[in-house]
Amino acid sequence: MGSPAAHNTDRYYVPTPSAWPFALTVGLVAVVIGVSGYLENSNIGPLPIWLGAALSIYIIFRWFQGIARESEGGLYGAQVDRTYRWAMCWFIFSEVMFFAAFFGALYYARLLSLPWLGGEGTKLATNITLWPGFEATWPSNGPAGLGGEFQTIPAFDVPLVNTLILLTSGFTITMAHHALKEAKRVPCIAWMWATVALGALFLFFQAEEYIHAYNDLNLTMGSGIYGSTFFMLTGFHGMHVTLGTLMLLVITLRLMKGHFKPESHFGFEGVAWYWHFVDVVWIGLFIVVYWL
Amino acid sequence: MAHAHAHDAHGHDDHHGPEKGIMRWIKTTNHKDLGTLYLFFAFTMFFIGGLMSLVIRAELFVPGLQFVDPEFFNQMTTMHALVMIFGGVMPAFVGLANWMVPMMIGCSDLALPRVNNWGFWILPFAFGLLLSTLFMDGGAPAGGWTMYPPLVLQTGNAFPFLIFAVHLMGISSITGAINVVVTILNMRAPGMTLLKMPLFVWTWLITAYLLIAVMPVLAGAVTMLLTDKYFLTSFFSAGGGGDPVMFQHIFWFFGHPEVYIMILPAFGIVSTIIPTFARKHLFGYDSMVYATASIAFLSFIVWAHHMFTVGMPLAGELFFMFATMLIAVPTGVKVFNWVATMWRGSMTFETPMLFALGFVFLFTIGGFSGLMLAITPVDFQYHDTYFVVAHFHYVLVPGAVFSIIAAVYYWIPKWTGRMYNEFWGKTHFWLSAIFINLTFFPQHFAGLAGMQRRVPDYAVQFTDWNVMSSIGAFGFFVAQFIFIFNMLASCFGWFGRKQALPDRVWEGARGLEWTVPSPAPYHTFEDPPQLTEAESTGAPAKAH
Amino acid sequence: YTDTSKGYNLPTGVTEISQEVFTLHMWIFWICVIIGVVVFGAMIWSIVFHRRSKHPKPADFHESTTVEIVWTALPFVILIAIAVPAAATLIKMEDVRDADMTVKVTGYQWKWHYDYLGEDVAYFSTLTAESNAARQLKSGVDVNAVPNYLVDVDNPLVLPVGKKVRFLITSNDVIHAWWVPEIAVKKDAIPGYVNEIWTRIEQPGTYRGVCAELCGRDHGYMPIVVKALPEAEYASWLAQQKGGEAPTETSAIVGEPIEVAAAPTQTASDAAVDAPIEVAAADAAQAPSKDALVQKGESVYKANCAACHQANGTGLPPNFPSLVGSSVVTGAPVAQILQLLKGKNLMPPFGHLSDADLAAVITYTRNSWGNDAGIVQAADVAAQR
Ligand code: HEA
Ligand code: HEA
Ligand code: CUA
Ligand SMILES: [Cu+2]
Repeated sequence: MGSPAAHNTDRYYVPTPSAWPFALTVGLVAVVIGVSGYLENSNIGPLPIWLGAALSIYIIFRWFQGIARESEGGLYGAQVDRTYRWAMCWFIFSEVMFFAAFFGALYYARLLSLPWLGGEGTKLATNITLWPGFEATWPSNGPAGLGGEFQTIPAFDVPLVNTLILLTSGFTITMAHHALKEAKRVPCIAWMWATVALGALFLFFQAEEYIHAYNDLNLTMGSGIYGSTFFMLTGFHGMHVTLGTLMLLVITLRLMKGHFKPESHFGFEGVAWYWHFVDVVWIGLFIVVYWL
Repeated sequence: MAHAHAHDAHGHDDHHGPEKGIMRWIKTTNHKDLGTLYLFFAFTMFFIGGLMSLVIRAELFVPGLQFVDPEFFNQMTTMHALVMIFGGVMPAFVGLANWMVPMMIGCSDLALPRVNNWGFWILPFAFGLLLSTLFMDGGAPAGGWTMYPPLVLQTGNAFPFLIFAVHLMGISSITGAINVVVTILNMRAPGMTLLKMPLFVWTWLITAYLLIAVMPVLAGAVTMLLTDKYFLTSFFSAGGGGDPVMFQHIFWFFGHPEVYIMILPAFGIVSTIIPTFARKHLFGYDSMVYATASIAFLSFIVWAHHMFTVGMPLAGELFFMFATMLIAVPTGVKVFNWVATMWRGSMTFETPMLFALGFVFLFTIGGFSGLMLAITPVDFQYHDTYFVVAHFHYVLVPGAVFSIIAAVYYWIPKWTGRMYNEFWGKTHFWLSAIFINLTFFPQHFAGLAGMQRRVPDYAVQFTDWNVMSSIGAFGFFVAQFIFIFNMLASCFGWFGRKQALPDRVWEGARGLEWTVPSPAPYHTFEDPPQLTEAESTGAPAKAH
Repeated sequence: YTDTSKGYNLPTGVTEISQEVFTLHMWIFWICVIIGVVVFGAMIWSIVFHRRSKHPKPADFHESTTVEIVWTALPFVILIAIAVPAAATLIKMEDVRDADMTVKVTGYQWKWHYDYLGEDVAYFSTLTAESNAARQLKSGVDVNAVPNYLVDVDNPLVLPVGKKVRFLITSNDVIHAWWVPEIAVKKDAIPGYVNEIWTRIEQPGTYRGVCAELCGRDHGYMPIVVKALPEAEYASWLAQQKGGEAPTETSAIVGEPIEVAAAPTQTASDAAVDAPIEVAAADAAQAPSKDALVQKGESVYKANCAACHQANGTGLPPNFPSLVGSSVVTGAPVAQILQLLKGKNLMPPFGHLSDADLAAVITYTRNSWGNDAGIVQAADVAAQR
């Protein structure tokens, strides 16, 4: 059963009560109310959005600061480390499923609904009576031609560059990891900055691409199902890259503050996993959204 | 031995006992506090959802419109379902998991206590947003809990609140599920191998996987609704190349596993209670685990049985019919195992056992009607009628809700240290059982005779069925007050109820939770206990 | 609803398919009953005889692989006995080939439109005025005294007996479902898509059904009535229809372009709704008087608007605003015309009505219940299309 003295060292770390989660909820809910008001043109104005976002960001910052402190303070044993690993895995899995919904929509539209509208399978009558003359092709903005004529972004252009950027960043972060494990702090930090820079570069290109799409190609969210799936998939991916880049930045700054040990650095690894996940999603996007 | 240990844990838990006042509840990271909060929250939502169902039943008492406008009726139907499912059943199960999983597997708390707090506190806000739409211009969402476009896109001011409330509930469920998975995988006491875990833990583990897999899909689906309404996308409109039916596919890819999310923990509860009161080991422990996993697996490939009438290609209709029918096999295994557990046992019928038995009978009836619904050509006749309403209330109310009630009766002595009143418990059971059947059995007949669901008024030949159903609904609702008082009395020591219970409240009970004092101290198992064969709920060692 | 309806079970119905479906239904039902008797029997036995007072010492068996295999395999076999006939029936139901005639069914919030393809016969079918009056909130009418309360329509769908009828089912706004239990047909009406299903009715008679997919406020008030006539009677009915005798005033819009099902979002409906130019031009040439407009408008109003805005124009706030003194109704006509054409929030677009009907109903609202805001002609409406 162990003597009482042994308890405090090898017990699972249970944090003391905390107001962060509650405050974070308040922040998020304020944002949500603000956005709802904006969408429905009510007159509550943008204040809740800004206040809520500021509060949320502050709390997230404090929360993670607290975790970093607990971790550096040696409160986390091996079991806590495993907890974070499992939790991060399953969190990433939930993100995968979120993207799966949109990939599923793309699949459905391309392989089922558009061909049906074009009269394939049992849906001949759909084409003849409702959308005469419509031929299912991809890309498509549907039989009503929503949003008007548009052009798509060729895969082997900026998207390819972006693919290379992300693949490279996967390489740089792995190098950083190796450096960290070998306790070579300076190269580690350098590789991390390279990774952050690549992430930022990716985002820059993507923003350019969106501007180009809207201004020159007439490709918008309103361009039927092509525009819908294109912008939702790449947009959510872009949001994840943004988040990932910020997390990389935080990790880099923590490295510069001397955090993490060669043998234990889950904070670093978790972010690296996340970054690889973002990477893999992009490969999927590159193949099914841009290329095929 | 185990006993000594528990007192040992009790001895030094004062170093961080609960804070005082409201801040205790806002800031708590303790699994027992959060379990309590979840359960009280679920209780409140059951009450609100129940009131809404009474509005529905009052309007449907006799034909003609007596009380509410059809639009408001649809709001009630929609909100009733959302509140009951996302506010009632799911949080109640999470609350039970919070309380019991750490105590059952012998660890000090959930793996991520602060995340646990976050997951809980999102809920009151999410439901605050959702319920606030009742007071908005244009009222609450009225497109059904299934939120099919294009209808749901006609929602007024309430629309973004609906979407964001669903997002928030999703965050809450996912964080809660991750927490449960990690706790179970990472924090089991020595000796607690996977196949020694109590079935409640097993079923929750599998439920948590389902949650992690499908809640994000729901989030994606409602996000597409949001952009279709406000940002010009056309996922669900044919003109742009999308398809309203696509939403249904995505929704039910979430929705069908969701219904098992609401029943698997119930299976776990029943598998815990029946052996206790039959004073026998659970029959076929291993096969119970495999059956649960099979049900979870199958639940991912049957979703389109909710959409047989949308005009799928024949091959799809056949596939989803066959896959759905298969679910009867593992579910049957569970039912048979429960019966075999009772067989030649030595049974007593305390209130938790009564509810568990009620569950087995009535859930099975709901399962039978489910099987009938699975038969595509006949589902064309059943679909969207009260036959379906009868089916899912049988599996949800005397199914999921009965199991929650049974669990509360079973564990409340452990939580509060005070026994509930057995007479009132039994009265509560019999009234509930009678009224719930009166409410939902006649709905089978109304549905078969042709009454469609989601209508505030109906043709006069359905009157008799509806009169019965409404009387039953009011009766059931009123009967729940017995439960409320019985439980609150144990919580707060009303009627002179004393905290004088042994650790093992039920003589036939096995499991680590029965080795700690009643009431369970604020911190239990800060040092992991050793699981002994006597407390193991898994298949007993062959030596026996 | 009908003679063959039992009131507690599915109707046997009047088609080969519906009878097969009924047989299947009873087959599964009895299988469930038998399994139920066995399972519940064992449970009750155990509850009675294996209670502590009768059986104080519990047995200690707790597993048996043989038993598990048996009760996994047995249900599986039973399921096959259900699956095989079910699949056979399903395959028959989905075979829409070789139909003798085709009817296009379009769902609207909240009525049905029937179009006999190739016959130049098309009309709307709505809840009867009598039911409609009785079903209002606190109408004070005893609904038991209303014949066929909620399951009767002004213009039933008339079909010949003994012919294979193919239905093309679609919708103009949200999803509906066209369901007639007696012929075991239920199919969703999806905007922008067409679903196919068929029936061959064997007995003349009147068969009633309902919309079976939640479609908004008046989902419960869009019944279906099918009148099956012997072939000869059907032929003469059809001839009569073609003679130009329109079933009702409001739906005298044969040839109206309902083919272009408006897509659900506003952007789509803009592109899809096409004006029936000829009709509009003809109406404009006659330029009816204010009285004529108001008179015609009143019936259009009753059929299309009164459900929400009420016969006296006061609506049901907040969802359905009052038209009395409403700024839209008394303001510039263009805004009102556009709102009728495109819809707003809960209000569906009414672009499927003819220019003349729209002009009439707008004029009616502008000159009723104390409103006095001038008249609108069909040409004004056409200009906004
Ligand atoms: C807890 C929730 C829950 C559970 C457990 C189930 C269980 C099942 N459900 Fe149910 N269902 C719902 C909740 C649930 N359902 C809800 C909420 C809806 C409606 C949603 C909406 O539209 O709003 C619905 C709707 C629904 C439909 C769509 C109906 C329609 O809209 O037309 C179908 C169709 O296949 C279906 C089938 C089944 C089947 C086959 C099971 C099976 O899992 C049942 C298996 C159990 C048994 C069969 C009994 C025990 C077994 C034996 C004793 C073995 C031997 C038996 C045989 C061989 C027969 N359900
Ligand atoms: C878990 C889910 C759940 C529960 C519990 C219920 C409970 C009830 N439902 Fe529910 N209902 C649904 C889910 C549920 N329903 C769904 C999904 C729909 C479909 C909606 C749609 O069409 O979109 C629906 C639709 C629906 C309709 C059809 C409406 C329509 O088609 O227009 C009707 C009509 O009678 C009805 C009635 C009732 C009644 C009388 C109860 C009564 O049983 C209510 C009384 C219950 C209580 C008072 C709660 C008791 C519980 C406790 C006391 C537990 C205590 C808890 C703790 C200790 C934590 N419901
Ligand atoms: Cu149309 Cu329901
Ligand atoms: Cu299902």
